[in-house]
Amino acid sequence: MNVIETKLPGIGVRREIVTGSGRRVGIVSQRDGEIDLIISKASDPDACIASIPLTADEGATLGNLLGSRQLVAQLTEEHRDVPGISTRQILVERGSPFENRTLGETGMRTRSGASLVAVLRSGEVQASPSPDFVLAAGDLLVVVGTSAGLDTAADILRHG
Amino acid sequence: METSALTLIELGAILLSLGILGRLAGRIGLSPIPLYLIGGLFFGRGGIIELEGVLTFSEVASEIGVVLLLLMLGLEYTAKELVTGLRQSWLAGVVDLVLNFTPGVLVAVILGWGPVGALVMGGVTYISSSGIAAKVIGDLGRLGNRETPTILAILVFEDLAMAIYLPVLTAVLAGLSFAGGLSTVGISLLVVTLVLVIALRWGNAVSAVVDSTDREVFLLTLIGAALLVAGIASALQVSAAVGAFLLGIAISGVTAENAARVLEPLRDLFAAIFFVVFGLNTDPATIPPVLGFALLLAVVTSLTKIATGWWAGARQGIGRMGRARAGTALVARGEFSIVIAGLAVASGAVVPELAALATTYVLLMAVLGPVLARFAEPGMELIDRVVKRTPKAVPAT
Repeated sequence: MNVIETKLPGIGVRREIVTGSGRRVGIVSQRDGEIDLIISKASDPDACIASIPLTADEGATLGNLLGSRQLVAQLTEEHRDVPGISTRQILVERGSPFENRTLGETGMRTRSGASLVAVLRSGEVQASPSPDFVLAAGDLLVVVGTSAGLDTAADILRHG
Repeated sequence: METSALTLIELGAILLSLGILGRLAGRIGLSPIPLYLIGGLFFGRGGIIELEGVLTFSEVASEIGVVLLLLMLGLEYTAKELVTGLRQSWLAGVVDLVLNFTPGVLVAVILGWGPVGALVMGGVTYISSSGIAAKVIGDLGRLGNRETPTILAILVFEDLAMAIYLPVLTAVLAGLSFAGGLSTVGISLLVVTLVLVIALRWGNAVSAVVDSTDREVFLLTLIGAALLVAGIASALQVSAAVGAFLLGIAISGVTAENAARVLEPLRDLFAAIFFVVFGLNTDPATIPPVLGFALLLAVVTSLTKIATGWWAGARQGIGRMGRARAGTALVARGEFSIVIAGLAVASGAVVPELAALATTYVLLMAVLGPVLARFAEPGMELIDRVVKRTPKAVPAT
């Protein structure tokens, strides 16, 4: 994928891609640390229909949401032959009791029977994280298990 | 009353009213610069209330304001950005210079202000306000627009042009002979090149000298270095402002970002005082005679800036709406026009009416610029509709 990088003197850097439908989608990283999500206008490709300021957290979460689809699709494909087993993405929300605590402390596998196969953080995949992996708000956990097990796992992350 | 008490009271009253004016400006989405100027007009010579107690302090403070304005401008751009910007956009920069310098020169000639007045007015009408332009682009959500790099490249070129223009202006205002003027220009060109080379090669070393993890030490080192460089530059008659600008360019990377963060509130304070002092020294009674010319310049130089942006946009393959946005974003004039006029007025080498014309002109342009930028798109749509509605002559078959 071709990422077009444009320097914006005095402001920061713009990185964008041109989608198959001809729209520009990208990020403006400002010097002061602000990130803006930009989406070009269909009627005027020079202009933007939106320029949305994102916090670092929001940006990382959005990246996870976008990046995880492929991984989830792949995992779902792998587990297709096993009846009753599915894959779900669970977000570690801000204020979750396990924010800044290790994966081992959640006791997720023992309590729900579901297993965590990967963590998505800042657009990067951490495959098979170890029990001492420290969770952070915005992490997207990819969990495999039965439907009931997945519900339990989500509940554990949210309420402890 | 003791002088110091009077000074404190007057200064406090001025800053407080500026705060109120700034709040007002923020509420209606306006740059505070025109309101600061108006504030100065009210308080100063021939104004409604005359304040004399603060003059000695505010004169020095306004000098510091200019140094900080230019230092922050230098911090905003890295040497690399300036050099690549220059390489990519020099043609647009030259078009901008020719189109927007000329109207100021012509008006000064018509008013009989001589070559010095012409040089000053050319600078006043040439330089866009990068502060207002950047704010407009951000506020209107145009950071992702394709014309934005074009606008920024022109602003970068203008700022580099200032590094050459200000020393020339300083030399001319000091009444140096032609040979003396030439040598000053030679020195400043040499220094600008040298600083760019140093900043490109050893920018980290310069940053390391001023950098400190202690905020207080960092602030004192920065301001000390800036004032020292500005003072030495001024003693060599190479313009204090340019010295500060070049120091800003030489500081790079994370140090530059931290420096900008630390200096911003101080810049705001001293720059506000600078605008007020400029207004203070302008007698409101001198405005009406030049009002017509200010209006004329406002109309002409709005059109020339729009033409510049339109042309530069077209060269980058940007559509008509984008070209209109690029042109209107450049219209605002502000801080640097006042810096130029301020230098001229302080030197006493120009007629006092120049201050009145510059004030009125910047008042108009600082308000008009953001308004035009906001209404560029509906304006273009209106023009298109009117043009389309005009019945075209159908050739008889």
